[in-house]
Amino acid sequence: MSNSTALYRKRTRTNQIALLLSTGAMLLGMSFLAWILAVLLYKGLGALSVSLFTQPTPAPGSEGGLFNAIVGSTMMVGVATFIATPVGILAGVYLSEYGRKGWLAPTTRFINDILLSAPSIVIGVFIYTVYVAQVQHFSGWAGSLALALIAIPVVVRTTENMLNLVPASLREAASALGAPRWKVVLQVVLRSARAGVLTGILLAIARLSGETAPLLFTALNNQFTNFDLNGPMANLPVVIFQFAMSPYENWNSLAWGGAILITFGVLCLNIVVRTLFRKKI
Amino acid sequence: MQTPVATKRDMSFAEVRGESAGTSAPTMAPKIRIRNLDFFYGSFQGLKHIDLDIHEGMVTAFIGPSGCGKSTLLRTLNRMYDLYPGQRATGEILLNGKNVLDPGQDVNALRAKVGMVFQKPTPFPMSIYENIAFGVRLYENLSRADMDNRVEWALRKAALWDEVKGKLNQSGLSLSGGQQQRLCIARGVAVKPEVLLLDEPTSALDPISTAKVEELVHELKSEYTIAIVTHNMQQAARVSDYTAYMYLGELVEFGLTDEIFIKPKRKETEDYITGRFG
Amino acid sequence: MRAQRFQDALFHQVTRFFAFSVLAILIAIIGSLIYGAWPALQEFGAGFAFSSDWNPVTDKFGGLISVYGTLSTSVIALIVAIPVSFGIAVFLTELCPPALRGPLGVAVELLAAVPSIIYGMWGLFVFAPLFADYIQPLLTATLGNLPVVGGLFQGPQNGIGILSAGLILSVMVIPFIASVMRDVFEVVPGILKESAYGLGATTWEVVWNVVLPYTRVGVIGGVMLGLGRALGETMAVTFVIGNAHRISPSLYEAGNSIASTLANEFAEAASDLHVSSLIALGLILFFVTFIVLALSKVLLMRLGRSEGEKT
Repeated sequence: MSNSTALYRKRTRTNQIALLLSTGAMLLGMSFLAWILAVLLYKGLGALSVSLFTQPTPAPGSEGGLFNAIVGSTMMVGVATFIATPVGILAGVYLSEYGRKGWLAPTTRFINDILLSAPSIVIGVFIYTVYVAQVQHFSGWAGSLALALIAIPVVVRTTENMLNLVPASLREAASALGAPRWKVVLQVVLRSARAGVLTGILLAIARLSGETAPLLFTALNNQFTNFDLNGPMANLPVVIFQFAMSPYENWNSLAWGGAILITFGVLCLNIVVRTLFRKKI
Repeated sequence: MQTPVATKRDMSFAEVRGESAGTSAPTMAPKIRIRNLDFFYGSFQGLKHIDLDIHEGMVTAFIGPSGCGKSTLLRTLNRMYDLYPGQRATGEILLNGKNVLDPGQDVNALRAKVGMVFQKPTPFPMSIYENIAFGVRLYENLSRADMDNRVEWALRKAALWDEVKGKLNQSGLSLSGGQQQRLCIARGVAVKPEVLLLDEPTSALDPISTAKVEELVHELKSEYTIAIVTHNMQQAARVSDYTAYMYLGELVEFGLTDEIFIKPKRKETEDYITGRFG
Repeated sequence: MRAQRFQDALFHQVTRFFAFSVLAILIAIIGSLIYGAWPALQEFGAGFAFSSDWNPVTDKFGGLISVYGTLSTSVIALIVAIPVSFGIAVFLTELCPPALRGPLGVAVELLAAVPSIIYGMWGLFVFAPLFADYIQPLLTATLGNLPVVGGLFQGPQNGIGILSAGLILSVMVIPFIASVMRDVFEVVPGILKESAYGLGATTWEVVWNVVLPYTRVGVIGGVMLGLGRALGETMAVTFVIGNAHRISPSLYEAGNSIASTLANEFAEAASDLHVSSLIALGLILFFVTFIVLALSKVLLMRLGRSEGEKT
């Protein structure tokens, strides 16, 4: 009997320790998130000002903002989203609506999920070799293309997931009215999954906003404000990278200001999307 | 706490109890004594003022339509509901005279005494041998030879030994559905509990496997107190000594199985048993 | 009626075309990387992967240093991230009050959503100094005295280098591994867990003996996903790895990973051979991550399929 109580006590203790460690792991994870956000607020809040949004990036030691980088990022993310949305949605429609048989759908699904996690810097190398090296100059277009390639898998994955949630009875009801397949898909299925598909696009935008690696040698950077996608273009992530690594104090401070902008932008997008569409993503 | 109100059901229960105690119930005190048990899923009351005795060495069957609370009642006996926040029970469930609903009750120790078998076979993702040994190791530090003996003993109890003795190292998932369920019974028996709870143990099985499990219940009752939930009335009639008919969370009638099935006291029970309702 | 059938066929083919374009992207990436890497591979042969040369002046290049940096940081990241992720997944599935499950799940996903450049800045400016002042001396005083592995924990205590990069990476991959583990833990049938609890098993015993074996394949898939992420992570590593082209016996020393080498040198590479060698590094990186991620996907699909068979 004493043997069994000793065993029992040992089991209970093991259990308590394990559960304590598990809780500790959760706290550790959360503390990193809190720590990073606190650092951003502490270092970045001071850099937030009107001029951050109105002035272009300055020379070392002088006054300025991130206007050109904000413009560049917005334009490139916009163009990338514009390209990725139709491609991603149509590919997602194929996987969900026509993907029951044949080799293409399973293969695409598989490859898409790999591209979803593939190193983004390699996408930059790819665009460099096929585009930048051919036209012999860095450009906003190249940056947009690289970002679009990163966004496409995100949109494909969420579109397929969302369309799969649409009940088959809805498709059948529409088809029973004699509607052709393409009308069923575009006007009934896609429309009823509209909110979910939008989610995918927002998640893609969130992902793109912080991407630095694929822009380093596609869009490069530009210290002047430039609305021409055909030339090198400033963008928030690369400016932050360059300014953070520089020895100049005013540049460092701008880097923290930019960091707070993209982080809170990205996190807000994520929070909105994930609280509205929890479970489904 | 609710004050006990003498409802119709209480009276009928009292009648039944008086009668069964007088005629055939053994003289010993009941193994499990349930008093004024209420159960809540959040704000929904799943069980209402249950009073019931489960006798040692007997099979007690719980019947009633889906959602009547028969499984819920079973799951209060080993406090399985503890796993789910929002579910709670009030009242008394006395096992050997000790209230298992007491907040100080160690649920793991309780579950060692009250084993359970589920609707579907649930072999763990490990070998047949390990499936049995897993539970035993929780309580006893046995030598390899002793463990071998215990595994064989449990498998023999569950009438499974001859079928699996050559393949103890194979995965429990490799067995057929009926064999898997008997493995789960063996697993429950191996830790030598005092009470076995069977929650619709044959609902996922074919008729032949069902017959084997029923036979097993018959043999195990000499050593264990068994409570079985079933939606199959013939099964209740075949395997049990006592039967409880439940409806909408209330205990409608409880008594010796023979009496419940041959001359139920209450109209509702009779309707259900004869198939006019449910 | 004819027109309608034509429109249907057209729509089918258009969506098919775009689905195919996803495949085409992959093929184009692989093709262009091989094409771009060809001059370097021709010049240095298979030895490229095993040579520690990296000298833009003499035009001698090899990938060993970067490959070592990538692998060592990723291994460190996994060593730290696996137990922490497991703990988080266990907490979220077994311990967490239901009301907190949603918000905490989102919070874990937010950790994954923080842009990697932010991890880099935090790593370099906040984590590294603290690491140098408090953790590195501690590690040197303890692990540094061990036989065999002691040397890994000796050297300059300045907070940057392979170990720091690996630790930052671990924070970044924890949310990925933890999310997958949580998702696969949730597929374990409640009745299976109940039968273990029914025997009197503790929560930990249920997790360790029933949940983990049941989901083993998926858990490994999640770890692989984390590894795939860690291998290709660029900005955070570039900030803290120190960007020095050498292999040192100590994890405190600066190094370079494939991704950080690309980030630092690609835009400024002077000679064609330099560019080609960088692309060859990219090819190696893509090849390795592709295999790791494919493995992860296969494992997760296998868990999903066996799940489908049982229900």
